[in-house]
Amino acid sequence: MSGSDKTWVGQSLSRKEEDRLLRGRGKFVDDIKLREMLYLRFVRSPYAHAKIVSIDTSAAEKIPGVICTLRGSEIASQTQPFIEIAPDPGGRIRDYPLAVSKVRYQGEPVVAVVAESPAIADDGAEAVLIEYEALDPVVDAEQALTDASILHEEAGTNKVWNGVFEYGDVEQAFRDAASIVEIDRMHFHRFSSTPLENNVVIGQWDPKDDHIHYWCNNSFPSFAIQFLAAHLQVHIDRIRVQTFDIGGSFGIKITSYPQMAVCALASKKAGGRPIKWVETRSEHMISSAHGNERTFRDTRVALDNQGVITAITSRHIDDCGAYPRYEPLGCVIWSQVFPGVYRFKNARIDFTQAVTNKCPVGPNRGYSRMQHLWFLERVVDICAHELGIPADEMRLRNYIRPEEFPYTTPNGCIYDSGNYPKMLEMAKQLIDWDGWKKKQADARKRGRMIGIGIGTTLDSGTNNFGQSQIVNPGAPFSGNSQGANCKLDIYGEVVVAVGSCPQGQGHETTAAQVVADVLNINPDLITVRTGFDTERNVHTGFSGTYASQFAVSGLSAVHGAAQKLKAEMKRLAAFVLACKEEDLEFGSGAQGPEVRSKSNGRSINYWGLANIVNVNSAVLSPELHDVTLNCRYVWRAPFKVPDTKKKYGNLTMTYASQLHIAVVEIDGETCIPKILDYVAVDDCGTVINPRIVEGQVYGATAHGIGAALLENCVYDEVGNMLTSTFSDYLPITPVNMPSVKYGHIATPSPHSYSGAKGMGEGGAAPIHTISAALQDALFDKRIFIQDSFNNPDSLFRALRGETCRAKDLVKVERRA
Amino acid sequence: MPDIFEKVAIQLKVNGKTHSLTVEPRMLLVELLREALDLTGTHVGCDTTYCGACTVIMNGAAVKSCTVFAVQADGAEITTVEGLEKDGKLHPIQQAFGDSFGLQCGYCTPGLMLSTLQLLSKNQQPSDKDIRKAIAGNTCRCTGYQNIFKAIQLAAQNTKGA
Repeated sequence: MSGSDKTWVGQSLSRKEEDRLLRGRGKFVDDIKLREMLYLRFVRSPYAHAKIVSIDTSAAEKIPGVICTLRGSEIASQTQPFIEIAPDPGGRIRDYPLAVSKVRYQGEPVVAVVAESPAIADDGAEAVLIEYEALDPVVDAEQALTDASILHEEAGTNKVWNGVFEYGDVEQAFRDAASIVEIDRMHFHRFSSTPLENNVVIGQWDPKDDHIHYWCNNSFPSFAIQFLAAHLQVHIDRIRVQTFDIGGSFGIKITSYPQMAVCALASKKAGGRPIKWVETRSEHMISSAHGNERTFRDTRVALDNQGVITAITSRHIDDCGAYPRYEPLGCVIWSQVFPGVYRFKNARIDFTQAVTNKCPVGPNRGYSRMQHLWFLERVVDICAHELGIPADEMRLRNYIRPEEFPYTTPNGCIYDSGNYPKMLEMAKQLIDWDGWKKKQADARKRGRMIGIGIGTTLDSGTNNFGQSQIVNPGAPFSGNSQGANCKLDIYGEVVVAVGSCPQGQGHETTAAQVVADVLNINPDLITVRTGFDTERNVHTGFSGTYASQFAVSGLSAVHGAAQKLKAEMKRLAAFVLACKEEDLEFGSGAQGPEVRSKSNGRSINYWGLANIVNVNSAVLSPELHDVTLNCRYVWRAPFKVPDTKKKYGNLTMTYASQLHIAVVEIDGETCIPKILDYVAVDDCGTVINPRIVEGQVYGATAHGIGAALLENCVYDEVGNMLTSTFSDYLPITPVNMPSVKYGHIATPSPHSYSGAKGMGEGGAAPIHTISAALQDALFDKRIFIQDSFNNPDSLFRALRGETCRAKDLVKVERRA
Repeated sequence: MPDIFEKVAIQLKVNGKTHSLTVEPRMLLVELLREALDLTGTHVGCDTTYCGACTVIMNGAAVKSCTVFAVQADGAEITTVEGLEKDGKLHPIQQAFGDSFGLQCGYCTPGLMLSTLQLLSKNQQPSDKDIRKAIAGNTCRCTGYQNIFKAIQLAAQNTKGA
């Protein structure tokens, strides 16, 4: 491509990852077998809330092939509880990887059994006897806040965190309102975007050098080692974490550090033999992590006489399950998208988080923002309907306008760019909005229930970890960074390592595209290391793959490292070729990739450059002794610490957006909701690789449609999880996934070097969109879509008048 | 407990190669493939025959190898993902999945390709509905299935021409 203006960035290149995965040669952690490896099986609590009366492992330990067992009290005596991110009262919670004196959710691990084979570990686990004394379970967050039955005695309350987010002049806005809409209660359900590959950990605590080595699929290893080092009381440099190909994470694999701790401690007890733990699907469903469940109470919305929202007040109660773990970060992360895509300036959200006797939550795809965005979309649709304004028109009146970017939100976040009206127009065109409106009107006359819904959402990426100080002013985190290394190896190969931990996002490919443009060579000539490894020394404390940020933090780090390498190559080449640096050009020649002088026509290939630095260094002049051709670069996001008192500051660097429209019909007899048409329009700024972006949009769409209609973590009143297998949980299948029409616009971000925005989480647009479409189908029956999850059963109850009656839930006061 | 299990001698042909081995009666076919034969391209995603990550071809039919005991495969002929390529060259189905970007993390891909193999062995011009039905037992959590549908259409075209 020498001499051409074409860049590798922006092309739909096939991925470097493809070949090995297609041949069945991907390397997933369960594919790894180590010498002397043992297998671990957990014995888990059948109770949601109970005291542990006694544990008897003697029968298990007698089984030939069982090496040892491990229980919570042993762990508590040799470790520190995990770090709590919360201040008091949440900060007083003592969290260990095995239950110590009581269990707090069904599926909580109580005993670990270690054996020579997985089957013997199973036999051992079955032989463990545990006596429990049942305690009152609490499965509802609002009920939990009454503290009638307390999960963590040391905290003294089930409340983890509370804070009020107030901006503008709320009281004045309500005094001036032309109308006020009140909504009693809405609920965002608990689900998991659950990856197909379960958690897998191989852990070894090697007594020879007292190092801990993990082969695992944790998706935020830098976070995991910080928790593990403090818990296990070891030097953080002695913990090595390696990941390989990972079969999806969607945030769920961030919180596997408790199981990682158990594997290390079990290895220590077993004399340093490596321990493999392979989670079963049922274990994954009951005890890995679920997304945050949230209830929205006493919502009041002030509107002017044009239907423009001027203020919102509400109480939000978040349910984090039995242990906060990554929480209470979700108590602030939603505020990255405080006003959603809307212009209102005045708001007061009283936010509380509670523990309940359910599986702990984790940062599930769309983490904490999707709940809030769903809430706002519901508010907008309900207000529009009550005021007689069409849903599309209502949005146009309330959207942040294209000319207002960069836009500062009431809480100080800076939305980099966007064009929501244009996305709406494109989506309407793709789905034939007017055509469907006509069909809908005709169908309604015949008694059919068809709804058309819009969901506008944001996918905020590259966090300012300073937001942790809004939940805990003592938290030692702020900013964001990522590391990368770019080198010419001894024979001149270009090798890139980056501190991300991909799970199908194609980082090897996009990183190569970026480096290929810097060096003006073909991406096929660039090797990007697979997976994550602390011993590559490229990670920072934020390294991992989460929160829609690789295109910004990861590729900025790769770009910086490649620039650094290029600068060194220039200095070296100018010396070797006896010319000025300005005279050099990069490209490929007969001897492979090279640097050549435009002034004297001489050139040197990468092998020649690497040779001088690595194995022929006597020819180097002393002023070039700092050249290593092995360049580590740490990219840092330009954030400030937020004002923790006012809860004000920029919390995220980029704001990708998606706008979806769905047409949904509810069958009059079976109440089965069926998607008749679906459109997704995406804007993630400048696109690095269009096919990867499009693939992420489809994937997030399937997760959202699944969550809206099929996937729900259901608990009964005593805390039994009723959806602990795929056959009960119903992950969306090829049969119930509709065909999706795809559209794309690009509003380049002024905040990233390339104009790209992080994307991938998708902001759960389908959940908002399908709720909107169902609501549209049911408005004239005065049924109010109160929940983010709707299946034939819940729709049947609503249609029978048992639930969701608008007259009980929505009130409108008109003043003007 | 474990002593009561007598190991059973079985013989089976996997990707054209015959293997004789003794297995515990409780061993699943997927465990045999992954652990005894080290064919780790076949994956496990659930325990309830839902996800299809473990799909292999057994005696010409796509089966979920997590729901077949190894002893039931005695005398069987099995094809796993490792058996799709010929002399290093990708099978048209593998090629089509790659060209259509029908995979992301790649964990479900082997199972999906083998379900596709079964479909195309019986129906070389599958409709959209035929495709959805053929892979109804294969769960993918990354792609939203859109590019998988395209990949299977493309594979059908390529196989027909081949």
